[in-house]
Amino acid sequence: MKKKNSVFLIITIPAFLLFVIFHSFPALQGIFYSFTDWKGYGDWNFVGLKNYLNVFKDERAGDAYLFTFKFAIVATILVNIISLLVAIGLNSKIKFHKTLRAIYFLPYILSILIVGFIFNFIFAHFLPQIGDVFGWEFLTRNILGNPDLAWIGIVIVAVWQAVSFNTILYLAGLVTISEDLYEAASIDGAGVWTKFWKITFPLIAPFFTINMVLSLKNFLMVFDQIVALTGGGPGKSTESISLLIYRGGFEGGEFAYQSANAVIYFIVIIVFSVIQLKFLNKREVEN
Amino acid sequence: MNRKKTSWLVTTLLILGSLLILFPLYLTITIAFKTPPEMAGNLLALPKSWSFDNFTQAIEMTNFFNAFKNSAFVTVFVVIFTVLTNSLVSYAIARNLHKKFYKFLYFYFLSAMFIPFPIIMLPLVKQTSAWGMDNLVGLIILYIVFNLSFNVFIYIGYIRAIPVELEEAAIMDGATTWGVFWKVIFPLLAPMNATVAIITSLGAWNDFMLPLVLLSDREMATLPLVQYIFQGQFSTDYNLAFASYLMALAPMIIVYIFAQKWIISGVMKGSIK
Repeated sequence: MKKKNSVFLIITIPAFLLFVIFHSFPALQGIFYSFTDWKGYGDWNFVGLKNYLNVFKDERAGDAYLFTFKFAIVATILVNIISLLVAIGLNSKIKFHKTLRAIYFLPYILSILIVGFIFNFIFAHFLPQIGDVFGWEFLTRNILGNPDLAWIGIVIVAVWQAVSFNTILYLAGLVTISEDLYEAASIDGAGVWTKFWKITFPLIAPFFTINMVLSLKNFLMVFDQIVALTGGGPGKSTESISLLIYRGGFEGGEFAYQSANAVIYFIVIIVFSVIQLKFLNKREVEN
Repeated sequence: MNRKKTSWLVTTLLILGSLLILFPLYLTITIAFKTPPEMAGNLLALPKSWSFDNFTQAIEMTNFFNAFKNSAFVTVFVVIFTVLTNSLVSYAIARNLHKKFYKFLYFYFLSAMFIPFPIIMLPLVKQTSAWGMDNLVGLIILYIVFNLSFNVFIYIGYIRAIPVELEEAAIMDGATTWGVFWKVIFPLLAPMNATVAIITSLGAWNDFMLPLVLLSDREMATLPLVQYIFQGQFSTDYNLAFASYLMALAPMIIVYIFAQKWIISGVMKGSIK
């Protein structure tokens, strides 16, 4: 038994150490530097909570948080509605079942950055052309060039991509529901709507919870889509928190300041996830 | 069992919906084959002649084969080492969860899933470049270590369902812990290994942020990174850009066409756990 123990330790201790070195240590360093005025090079001094206070006073950071929340909440709601509908469709008796499933899952395997570049072209050239041909005024201008509308373009691309993964998760839940339940409900005279709210939705509630939490968490970290579509513009209207930390930290010499921003960002993500889990779990139990 | 009739309404709606997914890909393929003058006409039209000029030019400008080689190198090694090491670590933790140290490890790895990358990004890049790890090997090591969080989670759920009696029988026959893992457990993990391999390869192949912040040498750029650098320089020649995008997307699409059944069920298994 003694020998067995040492083998397990030989396996886990290197993994533990590597994880500490490349994950926890940088995280702690980030927290440490957030209390200094380090630029990423040269000398530094402790400045206490100054960086944190400044993040709260910083209009650019405030705008980045507002944009990221707005984007993440809208995208999360849309992705979950659409993927639930698609999953229900794919789970019903349809033709070309396998092909359709394969197509709906396709975006998951594609690089978000490249998909973003392709959509960038669609917004800039294809949609305006359609607008011209049909005389639809609202389509003739590139929405990514409009500070008030650019975020919608990013939502569209993010949703286009994320629906694939969420559909697969919902489908995994739906296939476990027995057909008999629906038949029994039909005999009792339940309509489509009643069946959905009384059978389908309660039974896939755990999948709904996971999907909501994961989507929101992923969308709060939005980066690739923005780099590919707007680069944070026009102006700073679509600058997400990740992009701001990246830019300020690597290009703007704001290492310590953006570290403070990253810590705040981390706390925000945790708080959001916990609130969501609490709220959604409570609802699950009631069902 | 399936007494319900085929719903043509749902089938039609789903087909219409799937066009929204296929359309950007159609546009990508046709534009990649068009010439700049053709772009002035109807964007939906097929190219007049299917010429490969854009591709040969894009290959040269992005140094495509070099980027492809880099991406393939990173993905292959990340997948192999992730499957081998992460399954082993998960096994060691799963069989010792009643002990404090291993229980701590389990929650420690899991908790890292909630730490957003930007919080470790700045110090990590400082640290890795100071250690000469701002290259492909460094990238591989980081992916393998970071993957541990999620993989420990899905492997352990699976390993705990494997009866301990199987291992005890092997130990009676004189196998060591090491032997038990490779001869008994690892083969039993095949479905989970496949799932982890699929999710890991998609992650490594498509990732943009870590190569962006970590790699300083342009020769080492991976496929997504090359598209980004290239986009900045030649943003006006769409035909060239689309040929380049198509070549970067194509390897995954080709693999997907042949293996979609396994890829979908693999991702499904990974996400239900």
